[in-house]
Amino acid sequence: MFDTALTSTDLIFLAKGAGMTLLVTAISVVIGTILGIIFGVIRYQIGPIWAAPLTFVLDICRSIPLLIQLVLLNAFFGMVVGLRWPGLTVACIVLSLYTSAYCAEIVRGGIEAVPATTRRAARSLGMTWGQDMRQIVLPLATRVALPSWIGLALGVMKDSALVYVVQVTELLKSTQILITRLQEPLFLLLICGAFYFIISYPLARFGGYLEKRWSND
Amino acid sequence: MIEIENVRKSFGQLEVLKGIDLTVKKGEVVTIIGGSGSGKSTLLTCINGLEPIDSGRILVDGTEVHAKSTDVNKLRQKIGIVFQQWNAFPHLTVLENVTLAPRKVLGMSKEKAEEIGVKQLTHVGLGDKLTTYPSRLSGGQQQRMAIARALAMSPSYMLFDEVTSALDPQLVGEVLDTLKMLAEEGMTMICVTHEMAFARDVSNRVAFFHKGVMAEIGPPEQIFGAAQNEETRKFLSSVRQ
Repeated sequence: MFDTALTSTDLIFLAKGAGMTLLVTAISVVIGTILGIIFGVIRYQIGPIWAAPLTFVLDICRSIPLLIQLVLLNAFFGMVVGLRWPGLTVACIVLSLYTSAYCAEIVRGGIEAVPATTRRAARSLGMTWGQDMRQIVLPLATRVALPSWIGLALGVMKDSALVYVVQVTELLKSTQILITRLQEPLFLLLICGAFYFIISYPLARFGGYLEKRWSND
Repeated sequence: MIEIENVRKSFGQLEVLKGIDLTVKKGEVVTIIGGSGSGKSTLLTCINGLEPIDSGRILVDGTEVHAKSTDVNKLRQKIGIVFQQWNAFPHLTVLENVTLAPRKVLGMSKEKAEEIGVKQLTHVGLGDKLTTYPSRLSGGQQQRMAIARALAMSPSYMLFDEVTSALDPQLVGEVLDTLKMLAEEGMTMICVTHEMAFARDVSNRVAFFHKGVMAEIGPPEQIFGAAQNEETRKFLSSVRQ
């Protein structure tokens, strides 16, 4: 099994794939989280009836398999709108919206977990809505939402494997290319898995660290 | 001066305040007693504009609380309120709980706010708990912290909404002592309470609320000694004094 044809050039090729996975994930999680916070606050603030159209769109993003969203949106941009966007752009747009749809729910849940009486106490001290949101709701909701958010970010990292359909050569696609050439699927998948672990683990540990730090409150 | 004029307030079909008139002068301590659902707590939350009212008006130092043109956030700076549930900000230390509003709302420097915070916390007997998180405090300590938090805004008026009702019996005394101390220092206070002995001790006037109406108001000697109103007498005989 360890008598392999894998060269250091191939390893660098895999590492580049891992870099692409990280890039797509980082962009999508950052944009998706910002959008998710905005959508989540809007949903909480205007109530379920007025937020229905927004909820509907977000439900679509959550319900349709990512693979289908990627193919359809890529075809839509390319054939209908006539934009020849690079696959990376399309991948980041789709994954960002996908992330934001899940993140909006996490944010809404986090805000709802802050007791109304605590917020009333903040307002009774003369704090404005914005001050209450920044000083009280944001830190408390973050503590509640963090574990779910870490789970979401790790999930997006793995789901990003699907962006190969829009011609983005990320980690899994790089592995498949090597498998086709070297015919060593199990060994290469083992290495691919190790790469995924290496880029996921710091995030998981960071989440654990924050939870521990906040547990003294 | 707090002037409450013919205030009415309903929650859906239920009218909880049926035309309340009450004037509280500077330096006065007024306690409100009455059964649950009599509207006493609702009145307090109306005074600092946390609850809207249906009709009538409430003036604080001549400013109408519920007028559209009133900056209610500014008005709340001079009306401190402490609730039955102490509502500590759990992510902040005791000192940070107290300094947050002075810094963010009044724009005070950290040093100045901490100076005031330490002073107020020492005043309520928590000078040794500055860097502790609220979850490590007892209920009575958290409630005293909430009082210090309100006092740090240097309010002209303090409203207390059943501040001892959620406390274990052995912790009630320390919080009531804090309120008494404030009363003796001349703070203008409206206290909703079930502690009759406290009401008798500290009040200039005691108001008895019954089903959304202020059935009787007078000095404590009158309310507890020679109540004029049938409902007041019934209520007082039903609670152990």
